[in-house]
Amino acid sequence: MSNVLKIILQRLLLGLLTLFVVSVVIFAAVNMLPGDFAEVILGQGATPDAVAAIRRDLGLDQPLVLRYFHWLGGAVQGDLGTSFAQANFASFVGEGAAKGATVMQQIAPRFENTMFLAGVTALIAVPFAVGLGILAALYRNTAFDKGANVFALSSISSPEFFLAYVLILFLAVLNPILPSLSNIYDGMGLGERIEKTLLPALTLTLVVTAHMMRMTRAAIINLLASPYIEMARLKGMKPMHVIVRHALPNALAPIINVIALNLAYLITGVVVVEVVFVYPGIGQLFVDAVKNRDIPVVQACCLIFAAAYILLNLLADILSILSNPRLRHPK
Amino acid sequence: MINWIWAVIVLAVLFGLAFVFRAAGAAATGNKPYFRDMPFAVAFGYVFAAAAIAGGVWLWFVPGAVFFRWAVQFFVAAAIAAFIFRLAGRKVGTEATKKAFRHMPLTASFGLLTILIYALISVFAGLLAPYGQSEVVGAVNLLPGGDVANGGDPAHPLGTDQIGRDLLSRLLYGAQNTVGIAFATTCLAFFLGGSFGFLAATIGGWFDNILSRIVDVLMAIPSLIFALLLMTIASAWAGSQQWQLTLYMIVIIAVIDSTRVFRLARAVGQNIVVMDYIEAAKLRGEGLPYLIFKEILPNATAPLLAEFGLRFCFVFLTIAALSFLGVGIQPPLADWGTMVRDLAQFINFAAFSPLAAALPLMAAGAIALLTVAVNFVVDWMLQRSSGLKE
Repeated sequence: MSNVLKIILQRLLLGLLTLFVVSVVIFAAVNMLPGDFAEVILGQGATPDAVAAIRRDLGLDQPLVLRYFHWLGGAVQGDLGTSFAQANFASFVGEGAAKGATVMQQIAPRFENTMFLAGVTALIAVPFAVGLGILAALYRNTAFDKGANVFALSSISSPEFFLAYVLILFLAVLNPILPSLSNIYDGMGLGERIEKTLLPALTLTLVVTAHMMRMTRAAIINLLASPYIEMARLKGMKPMHVIVRHALPNALAPIINVIALNLAYLITGVVVVEVVFVYPGIGQLFVDAVKNRDIPVVQACCLIFAAAYILLNLLADILSILSNPRLRHPK
Repeated sequence: MINWIWAVIVLAVLFGLAFVFRAAGAAATGNKPYFRDMPFAVAFGYVFAAAAIAGGVWLWFVPGAVFFRWAVQFFVAAAIAAFIFRLAGRKVGTEATKKAFRHMPLTASFGLLTILIYALISVFAGLLAPYGQSEVVGAVNLLPGGDVANGGDPAHPLGTDQIGRDLLSRLLYGAQNTVGIAFATTCLAFFLGGSFGFLAATIGGWFDNILSRIVDVLMAIPSLIFALLLMTIASAWAGSQQWQLTLYMIVIIAVIDSTRVFRLARAVGQNIVVMDYIEAAKLRGEGLPYLIFKEILPNATAPLLAEFGLRFCFVFLTIAALSFLGVGIQPPLADWGTMVRDLAQFINFAAFSPLAAALPLMAAGAIALLTVAVNFVVDWMLQRSSGLKE
């Protein structure tokens, strides 16, 4: 057991290190921008004195390395700075009590919404994809398998917004089954919230299903030539039973891996889908911030996305180690 | 809610029919093993397929289901075109191409045909398009269809956009801009990733270590997010120079995607570098350029070519997504991602004017069609080169 713990601890440390380096990259990239916070806040009427005052106030006159650790320290404690769009001049020269909305206040509710969307998507997509993959492996090289393959290839290679608009066209405009706008607000009932989330979730499901399904199918088919599968078949087991009881547990490592990787991919896909459905999530906030060049928000969203991505990749790593009995029970 | 109840009822009926189908089959054939041992899922599959076909035929005659008829017509036309193209490929050309066409699945020949058509349109867009891409030619927001009574104009078969530019021309020019820019970006990504990957494989040591760690870090940030972050900075640098922003975008996406190419090129290169003929070339005293271009590159073409197709799809989709979000290819260049965003509102008029609602889908579908086509071809190439038959 200590062996596994050691490997997991190693991976965790590696993940933390990656996150640290990524935060350095994000910080460095943002600091390549011409001008700084003070100049942007003051806009046209910036006098050198005022600029210097704000810089001193925010610590922008300190060296880059110090500022980086200040930012990182804040980020770890949940303080991601103040948004450009929400900030105003008075809040900086004032006593600090009346500061504009912080990035954290903007992000927190939206982060929850995005997690909700991702959760609903995962709940639909994972069973659907794994089930479809098992069926495709069971009926391999039949019309069903080929149809599923073409469907998977087509949906994996379509842009998210194409799938989104096709779904809107058929499920919202021509047959008004689901709402095409996902205006989520506080205090909404769970049923209504799910109904409004369903269309974006279905779009994301189409995007991520294909890869998971193909991987499940490939992982199972890879095992079908093994002697123990042949033994199970010769015993007279039903084909479905052979696959679910004998092949699936051994194919679990690559399947879990690809599920975690696809959930990580969801994070990227969420951006476009949220914009299409006007879903008030973190992706939409990010795109708006990119358009308005609202640097603190861009920086914070980027860090959150990267952290989630790294975390899920790490999870994929650890789960595939844990699902390998040879590693769990060393001789 | 009522829809869900209906769905459950239909599903239950199908389950029942599957039982009946299996029992009836067994009874009619005198208990043949095929029906007797048929798993329930297979019986359900047959019934479901029959129901789907029946539903399709019924839908064909429903007056409101215009999109379904269009989709079926497009699908059939594509299948016939692919079939004819494959037939022609078997008869015309050199022995090698004839042989390739002989074992080609229909999906791959459809992919090849589509890529060919896109390439022709993107090269000759200037000749094919009736108007210029940023030329304001007619009244604003003319509806497609060319029917004067319905608010159209025969001179503009697909209508005009919100500032009066001909949409057909913009769709055709979109092939030139979107596909052209994506192709250029992929080439740049391959040049960067390929050369550094091969260099890392041949030189090895500290050079390899440093490059690999840099690539690891760059790959730890999701690519679309990283691209959006860098585009923010690029837009501040470019200022009001719109064409500069497009140029920055090419470089940014090429660099981000070159990390993936680097991984593959390095892995493939490392397998080749340990071969005897490389050793021989080194002993002959050949230099680094000779080793890379004359020894490694020719032996790495097959995996790199497949990767080029897939990479092109990813780059193409990233650019389309960026343009759709409004930070990619900048106006006045016509581009599909931007067109989808600008025309998206028309979808709400699907019940009144199906053709108008199809406009954003045409632009988005143009993107989807090309990536699907490339994926089909790559899938076939990989299957052929690996000799996988399953």
